[in-house]
Amino acid sequence: MSEYAGLMLALPIILPLLAAGATLITLRSSRAQSAITVVTLSATTILSIILLVQVDQHGPHVLAVGGWALPFGIGLVADRLAALMLVVSSIVTLGVYFYALGQDSSQTEKSDDTPVSIFNPAYLILCAGVSNAFLAGDLFNLYVGFEMLLAASYVLLTLGATTQRIRAGVTYIVISLVSSLIFLAAIALIYGATGTVNMAQLSQRLSELPIDIQLILHVALLIGFGIKAAVFPLSFWLPDSYPTAPAPVTAVFAGLLTKVGIYAIIRTETVLFATSDLRAPLLIVAGLTLIIGILGAIAQSDIKRILSFTLVSHIGYMLFGVAMGTHLGLTAAIYYTLHHIVAQTAMFLAIGLLELRAGSTSLRKVGGLATLAPVVSGLYLIPALNLAGIPPFSGFIGKVALFDAGFHSSDWLVGVLVGVGTLTSLLTLYVIGKSWNLAFWRDPADADEPTPALVEEAKERRESLARTGTWTSTLRPPSLMIVATAAMVVVSCMLTVLAQPLWQVSSRAAQGLTGADSYTAFVLDNDEADGVGDGRYAPVPPNGEGEAG
Amino acid sequence: MTVPLIMIIAMGAMYASGIYLMLDRSLTRVLLGFLLMGNATNLLLMLTGGVPGRPPLTDGENLSTDGMLDPLPQALILTAIVISFGLTAFLLAMVYRSWRFVRDESLQDDLEDMRVALETTGDSRDEAGTSGEYDDTEFGDEALTPIDEDAPDLDEDGTPAERAALRRSGAATEDDDGAGGAR
Repeated sequence: MSEYAGLMLALPIILPLLAAGATLITLRSSRAQSAITVVTLSATTILSIILLVQVDQHGPHVLAVGGWALPFGIGLVADRLAALMLVVSSIVTLGVYFYALGQDSSQTEKSDDTPVSIFNPAYLILCAGVSNAFLAGDLFNLYVGFEMLLAASYVLLTLGATTQRIRAGVTYIVISLVSSLIFLAAIALIYGATGTVNMAQLSQRLSELPIDIQLILHVALLIGFGIKAAVFPLSFWLPDSYPTAPAPVTAVFAGLLTKVGIYAIIRTETVLFATSDLRAPLLIVAGLTLIIGILGAIAQSDIKRILSFTLVSHIGYMLFGVAMGTHLGLTAAIYYTLHHIVAQTAMFLAIGLLELRAGSTSLRKVGGLATLAPVVSGLYLIPALNLAGIPPFSGFIGKVALFDAGFHSSDWLVGVLVGVGTLTSLLTLYVIGKSWNLAFWRDPADADEPTPALVEEAKERRESLARTGTWTSTLRPPSLMIVATAAMVVVSCMLTVLAQPLWQVSSRAAQGLTGADSYTAFVLDNDEADGVGDGRYAPVPPNGEGEAG
Repeated sequence: MTVPLIMIIAMGAMYASGIYLMLDRSLTRVLLGFLLMGNATNLLLMLTGGVPGRPPLTDGENLSTDGMLDPLPQALILTAIVISFGLTAFLLAMVYRSWRFVRDESLQDDLEDMRVALETTGDSRDEAGTSGEYDDTEFGDEALTPIDEDAPDLDEDGTPAERAALRRSGAATEDDDGAGGAR
């Protein structure tokens, strides 16, 4: 049972890595590449669902990689939070991959713009990195996971190396490198202070440190993760770099990468620094992220950029839930994260369809898409309303849960945050409404810089309707892309349908974190079960008494 | 834990010069800054291992850990070095690519950013319908903060020679004739 369970933990990382190698071997055959990728991603999805069910029933699973006993070896740990994130991320990566397949098939003549052969391995390594970051049981492995996904993301973001992408890529890469260095320096400091990088051990040892040292380590880690999660003062790179990438890449970045940062922040706040209290500053930062992000979105006139700013803004909601520090707040943050991954991905996929259909995403150019492309419009509208928090959708449930958790708190700052959150939600609705009115309901000829093709098409449609009463567009995005987007939209709706079980799992996941002891106890108990010897090979903790002097 | 002061000073100096270089617009300097900061971080990791000069091993007979250096930070540094090596290679390739595009290795401004920034300073222009894409010289002249004459046009992607010829002839915003198929 334990060996079998251990394998289950390693496979979501190993499978995509092996497949990345296989796709590199089959560089010349794009069909073989896609087959390998689809099989791998499907297998990862199924595996992670099984893992979630097992973890939820039997408690966290721990794997000591390479057989080295745990506090010293590399550990993979799947608790409910990690398994839940793994399931959602693998579903999203699978969905987006189908979309990318559809896009490739539609752009065969522009194949030098999006070299398929590089896309597959990079995408698979990204998946492996995301899985590794979720499953990492020690800080350094988390760093390695981050580096894997970031290195893959550099390649994906600059795919084709056009001028725009290189320009955006340089900003993104340099910022990411700096954040990684800060993270690495924080790991070094933490190791210097405690003599371990294992999260379970850290959760015990960090709380024994003097409070000022705890604070420095805590802030250093949060800055590193804050850049990755695009939290307000550290968020300016995101709207600059995401919109230039190809649609599926932007979708998976927007859905997953910032959420890996949020996941790391959740771990930091609960498992590592449960005793060091930075809640008030975090709440303030969350509020600023919410309001400044959405104000930035209002100023934009390109749908992709609007959505990138909205993405930054909504990171504030998750941070708000984490910063409340209550069980209810954490549960809401976890549920909101799940919602946001799926909704944001669906949103960017729909925008990719829109760009393909209208030739642009600038609100100055497009118009009339509601009549010209009703399917695309529908696929855009549902995640858009979901993001804005309109009732039947999961965005509404997540926000209500957050505000409900806020009302249970007596802190006035939390009360202010609930107000800011409500305002942000309304402003999101305004932004969504504006983009809908301009891009979908306005006559294409009324646009600031009308797109000739759209104007022509609208005219044809009117004439055809007057003559025969029917009109069907000759331009349709490839059906695979539409199906993939529709599937993501359906998944986002499933978050509403399955809200209760998901909420319960989130609640149990939060339970496993708030009593950080349960995480620690489990991981460390497991070592004893594995029978770590007398500690003969245990390295000397560098701050130990033996070294001093 | 005692660490030698000289190492701390070296680390601090590397961090300081690394950050200074990274604040530059020139991408080569950013790359060098990244290298310096990466090495400073590696040094920091190294220093957490204990007093320098001791071996990270036992002698094979006496298995006590007295006088032994903590080997884990060295393992971590090896990983970190490999990662930063790979990323440096990638960054170098990017800098070269960027230079080939715009014949300038400094960081370029985002046109969309500038557009939004300018738009907020003049709403009336919006209604007059004269605001347009920023590679439009007519608008560039009228703008409150006109784009520099020499500013490279990012939407174009001719060969460097074509671009140089264009710039020499003063026709900075020719049509797409000379432009390759970048988009």
